[in-house]
Amino acid sequence: MSAKPKVGVFKFASCDGCQLSLLAAEDELLTVAGKIDIAYFLEATSHIGEGPYDIALVEGSITTPTDALRIRDIRQRSKFLITIGACATAGGIQALRNWADHDEFVRAVYARPEYIETLATSTPIAEHVSVDFELRGCPINRHQLVEVIVSLVAGRKPKTPSHSVCLDCKRRGTVCITVAQGVPCLGPVTQSGCGAICPSYDRGCYGCFGPAKQCNTGSLSRQLLADGTPAPELVQLLRNYNGYAPEFRRESERLAKLNTEDS
Amino acid sequence: MTQERLIKVEALTRVEGEGGLFVRLVGNHIEDVQLTIFEPPRLFEALLRGRKLEEVPDITARICGICPVAYQMSSVHALEAALGIEITEDIRRLRRLLYCGEWIESHALHVHLLHAPDFLGYDSGIDMAKDYPNEVNRGLRLKKHGNQLLEVLGGRAIHPINVAVGGFYRAPRRDDLTALIPDFEWGLQAAVETTCWLATLNFPDFTRAYDMVSLVHPDEYPMNEGRVNSTTGTSWDVRDYEREFHEEHVAHSTALQSSRGERQACYHVGPLARVNLNRDRLSPTARRVADDIGFETPCLNPFRAIIARGLELIHAYEEALDILRTYRPPTIARIKYEPHAGQGCAATEAPRGLIYHRYEVDDAGLVTFAKIVPPTSQNQRQIEDDLRDYLPRILTDDESATARQCEKLVRCYDPCISCSTHFLKLTVQRDG
Repeated sequence: MSAKPKVGVFKFASCDGCQLSLLAAEDELLTVAGKIDIAYFLEATSHIGEGPYDIALVEGSITTPTDALRIRDIRQRSKFLITIGACATAGGIQALRNWADHDEFVRAVYARPEYIETLATSTPIAEHVSVDFELRGCPINRHQLVEVIVSLVAGRKPKTPSHSVCLDCKRRGTVCITVAQGVPCLGPVTQSGCGAICPSYDRGCYGCFGPAKQCNTGSLSRQLLADGTPAPELVQLLRNYNGYAPEFRRESERLAKLNTEDS
Repeated sequence: MTQERLIKVEALTRVEGEGGLFVRLVGNHIEDVQLTIFEPPRLFEALLRGRKLEEVPDITARICGICPVAYQMSSVHALEAALGIEITEDIRRLRRLLYCGEWIESHALHVHLLHAPDFLGYDSGIDMAKDYPNEVNRGLRLKKHGNQLLEVLGGRAIHPINVAVGGFYRAPRRDDLTALIPDFEWGLQAAVETTCWLATLNFPDFTRAYDMVSLVHPDEYPMNEGRVNSTTGTSWDVRDYEREFHEEHVAHSTALQSSRGERQACYHVGPLARVNLNRDRLSPTARRVADDIGFETPCLNPFRAIIARGLELIHAYEEALDILRTYRPPTIARIKYEPHAGQGCAATEAPRGLIYHRYEVDDAGLVTFAKIVPPTSQNQRQIEDDLRDYLPRILTDDESATARQCEKLVRCYDPCISCSTHFLKLTVQRDG
């Protein structure tokens, strides 16, 4: 990669929080900014460069026909395309529409639904174009973002952990919230990255970093159901910010079906 | 024959979220001004239905990565109103402390990195840092304090995890909060320096007869509660908000916009409205600095909103320090409740202005209805109205220069377009 790679930051359906993480890296911002050429970052600068880009950081999910075309264009103009955050890697919370009647959703929000042009689904970027690296999280961990940028500049593969939040709780010495308090927790099936914050604040993990590698969602459901968590509640717990990620999606759909068969 | 001209800003920069600006002129007559938004709708009000009420503060936080606390605070207060929950003074103070963290983080970012470059002629805060290293570094450090406070109290800075209906999942440990005091003491002085510096910037001579709206509380600067007051002298209970303030999905624009009263007038929310309506309830240092720099209220120059943000930055530091110094972990961090059917609303003050939420829940504690009105939807018509007035003064043959001037005016409102995703969609051009 050239000495000072050109970086573009692009937004699709999202809250801006993940690209804000770049501005929130206060200690690293000016140093990192000195190592890269910020060619396109609407939130930070009025300077707009056309590309091609060495690194494209993409936030948000695909929810409109226009955006489905725009991501192809960005892909063509970018050497490395990195998706940042749960919207970009899994469809985000707006992917709840994927299980709903989309037209009814639009009618519920808009007085004049005929003006609204959206797709019936919210899908991750990787369903539309090839992605070189996915950085998980809702929001992403800013240290991981800096690691991704620094490693690409150095020409090596980014190192981000893929073990579960559960392991981080053990490392922190947090008493297990499910075992001790009977609170449902996705820690055993969720990828590390947040620092296992929720259990340390006396609440269960709700899956911000998506499915951990080789997670056993079926086993966790079995345990939580046996502990008395109703199936519909488990379905919703799985259908959060990473609900449409394949492992969480399959399990929530299995549980939803189980629930219909039971009743 | 008179020539039609279009002035376009394809992509507004240094704002949160993505939008543009579209002006159509015939000769020098302004035919149309639109703040166009190309944020795809995410349909939050629809997707909230059927979710457990406990999940609402987590979900609504995701409307905006810049001001998640505003969504969390508004939703917990509205749900507590629906359930008849009374929170304790301890919880109330911790919520104000959390909001201080967000105001500090958001205002420090906007003032130093997004807005100041407009007055000093730079494309970005990063470019500005070459010539103004002290100011930019000070801004970054102030912003970091806001984030640190959010991390200690909220668990993390973006989408905090510790906000619950009824209070907090866990009260912070005293040592964790008192450890912040030295930084906040430095920050208070730095915020004063920032505000004095902002007062020396050159402001365009442009004032408007604004109707400004903000919460007003009898004995504190407004954050989490109060009556809705207007500079026209009218005052409403929050429960009457929807009777006075309307959202419209108008035919010529696909944007849902807020307006006030029978005349459907535009109005202005945000730091300038708050300072104008609550100057005597700013913290002592903020009041003193306002006097020292000769900040006259009511201030009706939108460009001077950057000074109002500076004053609020001082206020947030001073109030946070007071809470940090006197903090004792409360015996009850969260009020217990049994879910039951009900409906409730609340308004709070987001960094960008008044934000209103209303929810209905059923006996099982599931959401059946949600309505969310963010600050930027309320300012949108005001911004367009300002531009109509401002354009004749700055209009030249150089359309890109004119567009840049317009963009600077838009940025005074610190618009948060991500927040608007549930009510706005792409506007290209209306029929001539």
